[in-house]
Amino acid sequence: MSALAAFAAGLLFGIGLILGGMTDPGKVIGFLDIAGSWDPSLAFVMGGAVLVGLFAFALARRRATALLGGAMHLPQRRDVDLRLVLGSVVFGIGWGLAGFCPGPALVSFASGEGKAAIFVAAMLGGMIMYTGMERLASRPRGRAA
Amino acid sequence: MSIDWTHFTPWSSLAGGVLIGLAAAMLVLLNGRIAGISGIVGGLVAARRGDAAWRVAFVLGLFAAPLVMLLYATAPRIDAGAGTLAVAGLLVGLGTSYGSGCTSGHGVCGLSRLSPRSLVATAAFMAAGVATVYLARHFA
Repeated sequence: MSALAAFAAGLLFGIGLILGGMTDPGKVIGFLDIAGSWDPSLAFVMGGAVLVGLFAFALARRRATALLGGAMHLPQRRDVDLRLVLGSVVFGIGWGLAGFCPGPALVSFASGEGKAAIFVAAMLGGMIMYTGMERLASRPRGRAA
Repeated sequence: MSIDWTHFTPWSSLAGGVLIGLAAAMLVLLNGRIAGISGIVGGLVAARRGDAAWRVAFVLGLFAAPLVMLLYATAPRIDAGAGTLAVAGLLVGLGTSYGSGCTSGHGVCGLSRLSPRSLVATAAFMAAGVATVYLARHFA
C-alpha cells in the first residue's frame, strides 16, 4: 500500500515536472539567464509547489505517524554548515551547465532521451562516489532531503 | 534584463507546480517521506534493508510520467553535448549528496517546511546556476 502511494506520488510529481516545463533544459537555462532574455516561468513552478507544500508540511508537522501508519521522517537539522553550502553550489553549477536537476533528468531518461541517460549515469556515479567517500571516512551522516 | 515573453508560460508552470506540491503532500502525509529526488535516489545507492521499496516505487512513478504525458508534450531538445552532460551530471550527483538535497528536497519541501538549511541551500544553488549560465552564455 505504501509503495502504491509512493508510485502515485512519483507519477504526479513527474507529470507536474513535465507540465511545468522543468524537463526542458532550454527553459531551465532561460530561467537562470537573468542577464539575457529571462523566462520567469519556473518561479511559478516553485511558487505553486511551495504554496501547496506549506499547508501539507504544516499538517505533517503535527502528526507523529504517517496516514498509512509508518513513521514521519522529517529532517531535524537546522544548522547551516559548509558542506550544505558548497554542495549546493556544486549542484547549482551542474544544473546551470546542463539545465537538468535530478527529477527532470530521470523523467527525460524515461522518455527515451539518450543524452539524458548520460547525465543520469554521471549523476549516479557522483552519488556512488559520495557514498564511497563517506564510507571511507566512516562517519555516517543522515540524508536530510 | 528583459523578459522572454514568447517562452513565458505562467499558467502551465503554476499548474505543474501545484501538481508537484500535491505529490509532495501525498508522500509526506501518506508515507511520512520527503519528496526530494536526489535524496530518494541517493538512498537507493546507499541502500538500507527495508528502505528501498517506497524509493523504487516513487522512481517508477516518475518514469511512468512521460508515458502518461506523451500526448501532451513534445520531447524537449537537449542542447548540451555529451561531455558537458557527463560533467554536469557528476557535479549534480556529488553536489546534491554533500548538500543533502536538490530543487525538490530543498527548493520545494524544505522551503515549505520553512527550513533555514533549505533556504540557504536554495539560495546557493540558484546563485550558482545563475552565475554558471551567465559565464557560459555571456562570457564564453
